[in-house]
Order: sequence, then C-alpha cells, then structure tokens
Amino acid sequence: MTKIKFATVWLAGCSGCHMSFLDMDEWLIELAKYVEVVYSPVGCDLKEYPEGVDVCLVEGGVANKDNLELIRLVRKRTKTLISFGDCAVTANVPAMRNMLGGSAPVLRRGYLELADETPQLPYAPGIVPELLDRVLPVHEVVPVDIYMPGCPPDAHRIQATIEPLLKGERPKMEGRDMIKFG
Amino acid sequence: MSVRTLTIDGQPVAAIEGATILEAAKEGGIHIPTLCFLEGVSAVAACRMCLVEVEGINKLLPACVTKVSEEMVVHTNTPKLQEYRRMVIELLFSEGNHVCSICVANGNCELQDLAIEVGMDHTRFPYRFPDRGIDVSHPQFGIDHNRCILCTRCVRVCDEIEGAHVWDVAQRGAAAYIVSGLNQPWGEVEACTSCGKCVDACPTGAIFRKGTTTSEKARDRAKLEFLVNAREKHEWTR
Amino acid sequence: MDWTNLLEIAETEQKRQKSIRVHCCTSTGCRAANSLSVKQNLDNAVAESGLGDRVEVIGVGCMGFCGRGPLVQVDPEDLLYEEVTPENAPSIIEALDGGEAKPIKGDSQHPFFSRQMKIVRQHTGKVDPERIEEYIAVGGYQSLYKALYEMTPEQVVSEIGKSGLRGRGGGGYPTGLKWATVAKMPGKQKYVICNGDEGDPGAFMDRSVLESDPHLVLEGMAIAGYAVGADHGYIYVRAEYPLAIQRLQKAIQQAKKYGILGSQIFESPFDFKIDIRIGAGAFVCGEETALIQSIEGKRGNPVPRPPYPAESGLWGCPTLINNVETFANIAPIIREGAEWYVSIGTKNSKGTKIFALTGKIRNNGLIEVPMGITLREIVEEMGGGVPNGEVKAVQTGGPSGGCIPASLLDTPVDYDSLNKVGSMMGSGGMVVMDRETNMVEVARFYMEFCRGETCGKCVPCRTGTVQLYSLLTKILNKQATKTDLEKLETLSYMVKETSLCGLGISAPNPVLSTLRYFPQEYLELIQEDSLNSKVTV
Repeated sequence: MTKIKFATVWLAGCSGCHMSFLDMDEWLIELAKYVEVVYSPVGCDLKEYPEGVDVCLVEGGVANKDNLELIRLVRKRTKTLISFGDCAVTANVPAMRNMLGGSAPVLRRGYLELADETPQLPYAPGIVPELLDRVLPVHEVVPVDIYMPGCPPDAHRIQATIEPLLKGERPKMEGRDMIKFG
Repeated sequence: MSVRTLTIDGQPVAAIEGATILEAAKEGGIHIPTLCFLEGVSAVAACRMCLVEVEGINKLLPACVTKVSEEMVVHTNTPKLQEYRRMVIELLFSEGNHVCSICVANGNCELQDLAIEVGMDHTRFPYRFPDRGIDVSHPQFGIDHNRCILCTRCVRVCDEIEGAHVWDVAQRGAAAYIVSGLNQPWGEVEACTSCGKCVDACPTGAIFRKGTTTSEKARDRAKLEFLVNAREKHEWTR
Repeated sequence: MDWTNLLEIAETEQKRQKSIRVHCCTSTGCRAANSLSVKQNLDNAVAESGLGDRVEVIGVGCMGFCGRGPLVQVDPEDLLYEEVTPENAPSIIEALDGGEAKPIKGDSQHPFFSRQMKIVRQHTGKVDPERIEEYIAVGGYQSLYKALYEMTPEQVVSEIGKSGLRGRGGGGYPTGLKWATVAKMPGKQKYVICNGDEGDPGAFMDRSVLESDPHLVLEGMAIAGYAVGADHGYIYVRAEYPLAIQRLQKAIQQAKKYGILGSQIFESPFDFKIDIRIGAGAFVCGEETALIQSIEGKRGNPVPRPPYPAESGLWGCPTLINNVETFANIAPIIREGAEWYVSIGTKNSKGTKIFALTGKIRNNGLIEVPMGITLREIVEEMGGGVPNGEVKAVQTGGPSGGCIPASLLDTPVDYDSLNKVGSMMGSGGMVVMDRETNMVEVARFYMEFCRGETCGKCVPCRTGTVQLYSLLTKILNKQATKTDLEKLETLSYMVKETSLCGLGISAPNPVLSTLRYFPQEYLELIQEDSLNSKVTV
C-alpha cells in the first residue's frame, strides 16, 4: 500500500492546534500506518516543503511574508489543504492586530509604545520576515478544501476529519461534533 | 377567538388567529432558527434568520412577524433558505470581531450555535476587522462592541421590560452601534438601573458581567420570560 | 371663502398681471448659476426703461432646461433666453422696446420642449410660486372646491382609481387602490403624508415641483384628505431642500389665510391642516415606514410590512402616503376627469412622468413626458444624444434601478416595460452613459451610495452592501477571480431576496443589471488563476 503523503504547517498561530494534534495519542501510531509525514514542525525535520503532498493541515493565519510564501508553495504542492483551527479559518487572535489598521502601527505599538527599555523597530531584511498589513485567514489567500475550526479543534475532531481521508473519502464537516468555533 | 389551520413543512398545524408563523411552528414542534427574536419583547424582523417561504407569495417572509392565515402553506427549510441563513451568519461573522476563543460567551453563544446549525465552517466573505470600542465604565457590566451583532435585543429589553431605555442605535449602516444614554459612557447613564436584563438578553458576548472570563458568561434568560408572564398573565412564581 | 371669492381672486390677479411677463427662473438650479442677480437686473432694467406699466418680471420655478440656466422666458411671445448673465440680462428688456437681446436665444420649439406633455409641470415656469393668487389665477384650488362640493369622498376615490394613476415614487402601486384602502379603514383619526424625501443621486423632480408649484401639491393633499377622511397632513421634505421648505411654508400660510387650508375649508365641514416635517437627509427615510418613524420622532428605521401604513401608519392610525409627483397629479385629474387621464399613456401606465435627464447628454434638465414614449425618443430627440459619442446605457431608477443597454433604447417608458428589462421607473432619475463609461464603476458608485445610506437594521442590507462594495472594488482593482464574480452574483440575489425594506431589496439592481447586459466588462477585469491573484494586504 502506498502511504499518503501527509504534512502539517504552522503559520501565525500559537501551535495549540499542533498540541491538540499530538493529543490524538495512540491513534497517531495508527495514523503512521497510513501516512508518511513529509513535512511538519512536530513530526519531520525537512526544511523545504516537498512536492506531491496529499494532505496538509495548515495551522495559523497568514501574517507575514514567510507565511505568504509558504502557503502559496503548500497550495501548489498539496492535493487536499485543510484549514486547521480558528487562526487558519478566521485569522482569530493573530488578526486582532488588524484593528490597529496596518503593520506600521502594530510595530509602533509593540516595539515603541509598549517597550520597557531600548524601544526600537525590528529591522533585519532577509532574517526577520516583514509583516503583512493584515493577518488573513488561509482561504483569503489560497483556495482551501476543508475547514476545521476550533481553538483548538479537539483531538477527536481532528481524528474524525482525517480518518475518512485515509479511505479516500471527504469528511462531512457538519453539526456540533464537527464544527466548533472557539 | 378563532383558529386558523395551515401547513408548515407538510405538517398540518392549528394556530390561534393573530399568531405568527414562528409561534405556530413552535407549537407544531417545528424549529425555525431565530437570532434577533426574543420572547417577551417586540419582534423587529431584523436578522432575517427566520425567513420562510409561503406558497403563492413571491417574497420571503419573516416568521417572527408574519401572521398565520387559513390554508397557508409554509416551507421553513428549503435549500434556498438554508443557503441564505448560512450567508446571514457568514456576513455577521465577517462584520464584527468575533474571536470566540477569548470571548466570555464562548460555548454559550447563540451566534456560535447558529453557525453550527446552518453548517458554517468558514465565512466566504472577507473579514472587515472594524475598529470598535469597548465600554467598561459601568461598575458591574461591560459592552464590547466588537462582538455586537446589532440585534437590538438589549434596546428592546431595556425599553420594553425595564422601562429605562438606556440603549438605542446610533449612526447607520456599517457605522451603526449600540449607544448608551445620550452617547455617554454606560457608567454615566443615570437612567440605567443596573438590572442586568441586557446581559441576559444579549445573544453573544457583547454585553457581559464584569469578572466573567472566557466561556464563563451565564444568562438568566428565564427571568425575562418570567417578568413578562408576571406582568401580562399574572403568573407570579418561577 | 367660497366659489365666487375664488373666481374674484383669479379675476383680480388676471387684471393685475401685465401684458408682458418676463419669467426668470429662481429655483435651485438656476439660482446656483446666479439667477437672483439676473432677476434683480431685469427688475432694475424694467424700472429704468419706464416699461413698468406693461412689463413685469416674475421669479418663477423650474423651466426644465436646467443645463442651460439661468433661463429667462418672455410671454406672450414665448421667447427663451439661455445662460443669461446679470450683465446681459437688461438687454432682454431693451429688446422689448426694439433693442437687441444679447443672451443666447433658446429654441422653445426644440423637441426638448415640444415632445413634453405637461400635466404636473403645466404652470411651472409660468407662475410665481410665492404668490397663491397666481396659482388661483390659472384655476388653482378649483379642483378642491369641486371635490368638496360636487363629489362625495367615494366619488373622489373612484375617480382617482379610474384614472389609472400609479405611485410616482417608484413602486408604481395603484394610487386609487391605496386611497380606497385608507378610506375604508375604520377609525376617526387618519393622516395623509406627502413623501418629499427625494434622495436618488441625480434626481430633482420633486424638488422642482415643490419649489415651482407648491400649491399644486397642497391641493392634491387636501383632496386626498377629503377622499380618505383625514384632517391632518404632513409633508416630509429633506433639509437639503431649503428653498422648497421655504416656499411650502409660504404656500401653506397663504392658503390658510384664504381659508383653503385649516378649518372649514371653503366654508364646508371639511378641515385639513398641513404641517411640514424636515428630514435630516437620510435616504432610507424615503421608505414609507421609515419616514413615518421619523415623523413620530423616532430613528428612521423601516419596519416590516404588513401592517401597511394604510392599515396602521402614523401613530398607529390609517395613513395615506404618496409621493410629491403623485399628489401633483390629483388636481388635474379631478379638474379634467379620469377619462381624460386614461387617454394618456399606455395600457397599464397612465399619465405622464417627470424625469431628471442627466449624464452624458447634450440637453440636461427636467422633462415631463407621456408614459409609453421610448427611451430613444427621450435620449436622442429630446436629450439631443451624447455629445461626441454614442449612448452605451441609460440608468433609470437611481440606486434602486438598473442600466438599460443602448440595444434596448426602443423600450417604452412605463412601469412594466422598465421592470421587464431589469430596471424600474423609480422616482425619475435618468442618467445617460456613453461608451467611455465603465459599467462596473457605475455599479460600484450606486453600491457605495447604498452602503452609506442603509440604516443598518437588517443584516443583509447592512453587511451585504459593504461586502458587495468591496467585491466590486476588488474586481475593479483586477484582484478578483471567477469565484469572486460568482460570489458577487449570489450575494446580490441574497440581499435582494432577504432585505427588510425596499432599499436593500433594490440595492443590488445596478449590479445585477450590469452583470446581465455587460458581463464582458466584468470578465475583462477577472484574474484567471486565484494563485496568482494579488493578496490584498
């Protein structure tokens, strides 16, 4: 049996969704029978997102240039892209900075106005990725195939979403068991 | 008082003349989703969640204010209505700043519940991220306009049940917001009796008790119904 | 005040009037072009020339050819002068005595005028709106008298019903039916409301009627009051129309003084008073239920219908609410009879309609045309076509209407035909667009208007217009994909079908009609691949 090429990526989020993913505990071992983890901050040490990925869980909103580059690459190289958790689906907490109205006021607020000592704007081109003006949910940047809201989605729901995919079926994201914001 | 018989989703229902489609459906055990509707205060038909199709009428009618009539044939859950209801919820989510994970009403929110009910797993409309304020000048309560969906339940409950009319709507369109007193901080509005009915009425976490944190908001919705029943039907016990 | 008195006033006024009347427009449009100074100089010229015994200068209402103002017209010779300046105005008076008139001579036989049929605007531009005597001299208030003394209220209602008059505010509801409903409602207290909250961009028909012939509207309202059994009327005018308000105030005062409004009108048992309510300029207050809320002193939010105002309107009483132009049709119908009115127009649209003809067109201004005239006749013959170009589309009905492509210019102007092509009669805005006009931008312009004017009560209108506007912007910025275009269409239908009042229900019309007739203009702006679409950051 050819294994499903499986990836997870972590954009602007708290990694809580990935923690919840790990909460699937022993089912992870079951999962490993079906999938080959080809890219993941918690399951693989590859630096470059590979070609030909079957399923990818994307945690986090799109907040900076790095996120933007990565999510475009992910979309190009992935068959089924899953918006994983509220930050990916709604931009959630990271997007609360959008209310300030742009990256410049955000940086000013964070690094100058609220600084305890040595207030200074971060500037390191090529090292520190530039902020986008607004944090966006993934589907406002690239097409998304499945949405799994939740902050974080609990382990059962993650399992219930992935399981049908292993059989080549599409999960039904309906009802209280499968949809939950917050 | 005469009775009207009608059909709702294929089911014959008898309703008292003057009853609304919503009331008739409820009696017949048929669920129609609502959001701005609140038992005990006047209906405003603003959220459009309860729109239904009535045979022979070429427009959608709000069940909360449309009176039943003899031999009316009502459909409450057609694919078109399902799609439009989902769009209403999507529009509301993208309009305000609904960050469920940090909201007092998380898990206890009618907007969240409706999102599940209409099957909204994401909104197709771009989030607006408006810059709205928070007013915590009242000693017991706070209002977070980011979570407000302008259902005006607080306005009606304060005006019609408490009789204080602390709340109203200011501005229009996307700029509309719930205003306290004469556009004063809530804490400075002398008319406010601090009764807390607006907290009980609010469907989301927009109006809350101070000290409640994420997911802790509890409402005493039954209190509102009790007060109305006490007044109108002289039922003095809860 | 009785019939003899009325005729006496008319006779005295006719005798008072000089043989040569120089009409100078003092309505808002020409005023903006300095017509008050023109009038002043005309007055001075008459005084200096010593022609005062046979010449008088009268400040009148709108003559219609607003694009060429200030306008001066001289009767009985029917000479028309355009773009008159204070400097060349005196020469018009000199010309009466053999001199040479310097201002541009207009052609009063031009199709712009000759193709018109004036019922509502019959006396505008001829009578001084600030003097009730002039209105009486042309037969004013005789219809009211006739209604009070020769007809029962039922007969009046039935006459209006038979005339086939339909609401001129845009909806086209049969006026007689509305009147009959209110008349039949039980209850002692009823109201008549005149909706003068004209707010469509580019529309100024009602303003012109109110400024030019306020008594015509008052007379229509009083007849309506008699017909439906109301003793109190309100005119709701937006604050942006100060001149209309001022002239209405004056007109009401004068009518009251003569016993034509107030208690025991024409010494009959019929009482009718009219109050003015000034709106703060919210477009949504043109929606009848919102307007009623506003008169009651509440926030101008629409409320669900039913109950319709005819059943439960102002302060819960049966209320008749009609538009300015509708009321202005009443006195002529009573005077000439329903049969006469029925002879004008098409099968289902009777009478005339006033349009504000604007946009990329040679002759801008107000025209009153019989129903059934084609758009082509209006645009090409009366309007003189597009200067240096071709017509691409005609927008009717303002933000509630739609864009009709040039290929459909032979569409007759009546309620049903305009609906059939995806637009509507509306209150009478008619904007002509040439080949240079970008239809997506047009759609966005109207959506921007609705987005700013929605009251915010119901969700689809409040948030839907915002989303539609941003989708249109995205398309115009060439950032949108096919999915966005589908979204635009779906959301348009959703807002149309689910909004609470007419504002939201009609707000998507400009989008839907441009999508229908000019899909190519949208498609040209669409990005192929969503992956390459730029992120709006």
